[in-house]
Amino acid sequence: MERRDTRDYAVWSIAIALVLLFALIPVVWLLSISLKPPSEVTDGRFIPASFSLDNYKSLFEGGFSNSPFIKPLINSILIALITTVIAITLASFTAYAIARLEFPGKRLILAGALAIAMFPPISTVGPLFDMWRALGLYDTYPGLIIPYLTFSLPLAIYVLVAFFREIPWDLEEAAQVDGATPFQAFRKVILPLAAPGVFTAAILVFIFAWNDFVFSISLTSSDASRTVPAALAFFTGESSFTEPTGSIAAAAIVVTIPIIVFVLFFQRRIVAGLTAGAVKG
Amino acid sequence: MEANAQKAPARISSRTRSERKLAWMLCAPAVIAMLAVTAYPIGYAIVLSLQKLDLRFPELTEFIGLGNYGTVLSSELWWTDIFNTLFIMAISVAIELVLGMALALVMHRAIFGRGLVRTAVLIPYGIITVVAAFAWQFAFAPDTGFVNHLPLISEEMDWFGGRFSSFAVIILAEVWKTTPFMALLLLAGLVTIDSQLYEAARVDGASAWQRFTRITLPLMKPAILVALLFRTLDGFRIFDTIFIMTRGAQDTESVSILGYNQLISRLNLGLGSAVSVLIFFCVFIIAFIFVKGFGVKVDEGRAG
Repeated sequence: MERRDTRDYAVWSIAIALVLLFALIPVVWLLSISLKPPSEVTDGRFIPASFSLDNYKSLFEGGFSNSPFIKPLINSILIALITTVIAITLASFTAYAIARLEFPGKRLILAGALAIAMFPPISTVGPLFDMWRALGLYDTYPGLIIPYLTFSLPLAIYVLVAFFREIPWDLEEAAQVDGATPFQAFRKVILPLAAPGVFTAAILVFIFAWNDFVFSISLTSSDASRTVPAALAFFTGESSFTEPTGSIAAAAIVVTIPIIVFVLFFQRRIVAGLTAGAVKG
Repeated sequence: MEANAQKAPARISSRTRSERKLAWMLCAPAVIAMLAVTAYPIGYAIVLSLQKLDLRFPELTEFIGLGNYGTVLSSELWWTDIFNTLFIMAISVAIELVLGMALALVMHRAIFGRGLVRTAVLIPYGIITVVAAFAWQFAFAPDTGFVNHLPLISEEMDWFGGRFSSFAVIILAEVWKTTPFMALLLLAGLVTIDSQLYEAARVDGASAWQRFTRITLPLMKPAILVALLFRTLDGFRIFDTIFIMTRGAQDTESVSILGYNQLISRLNLGLGSAVSVLIFFCVFIIAFIFVKGFGVKVDEGRAG
């Protein structure tokens, strides 16, 4: 028996080590490139021979107006945050109605949301490009936030409906019977119960908006609203003879480390959100 | 009595009516936001696709019916790109299914380190696709990369110089990025299986492999199909990874890249919109095959 236990532990240790290796190699590799002195970026070594922060310095050189990275970073953060706030507000209304109220069209909304989740974004890029130029939305924040809303709402609605269905709504009435006002009942009883679901949906929407590339390269033309993924694709070296590899790696690490820390803290919630509803399928 | 009987339904219906009104008001903003950037643009794309419309030569705009579709469908490029897209999609989804199942089993059965594994697999999910594509591109590039210094691999291997070697790297990047998503969907199906079934099978002398093929796989069929549907459609839309790695060089272009090139690079809205509508049609066919052919039930499933 004991021998079997030791063997099991050995097998699991190897399995876990393989998973960790698989997940972390690209991140460690980018970190390694970003810490190489620019002259050694092309040495092909997995572990840098010497360390330098020059790649990071070059990212922020020139300050707000000349750095190729600062403005896109601000754009990415603001656009993803605004999208998250609006998407979660709208999705909460809809999810509340679907989870709590009886009305015709409920199934249609869920089916429609599902269809939109499968919709190919590239099919809307041409018409949006044309419409946004006519409406003055081309290369603006709203020009990106609107499509992000559309494509993240289905995800947010499905996650929130799954969470809202689990809430014991009778508690709200019970609180009112005990003398709480409807607002108090909502704030003190329902809100704390709904918060984890709302938070989970918010993480997933943020990651979606943060990740987008198709809309960002198609509907922007300058740093006015271009986000980090698109900016990375258009990075150029210091001169036309140098490859921007080092700066791309440094920029990639700057936008990746916060996400990894975030995932580390909230992994339980993200897993719950990604699998919400699938269990009942 | 009669009066009462008539009154009751009337009262309920007025309450029902106000409930419906509230529900519709709550849903309206989200529904409008979802339709504004899908239903309207796809309709507009159909209109654009029926015109000869090149933004560089706007004076030549005219209605040409299905002419653009004829041009696209008779071009060799479209069919090459369809092949590339389906090839990359099929291989990566197949690998992801196997790896995702293995990962799901590891997460489900782990005797220790479950949180560690879960955190690790979420890292690829959280990373920007473009960033992941750059990481793998730098790893395989002959000048910057470490891959060509590994044993068994030729120092001179030019991965992005050939079509299928490019595909190999593109597929690797896709698999790395999206296997976690597949694994989590499969895990959700795995946890619903009653563990008593395994106990009973064990008592009856079933081997681990028999338990997997006779209990796990059949009971997980719905979860597997939903996961396959979502990843297949997602795979068909592949854009970011190819754009970063090859920009379609060496015949590695996907249909989404073709659409982007026509619409945004060449500003040929007519031809590009025809490509967009055809892509939409392909996605519709894939979803239809899954729902009608395999009987996927996604009503209660997840979206995204």
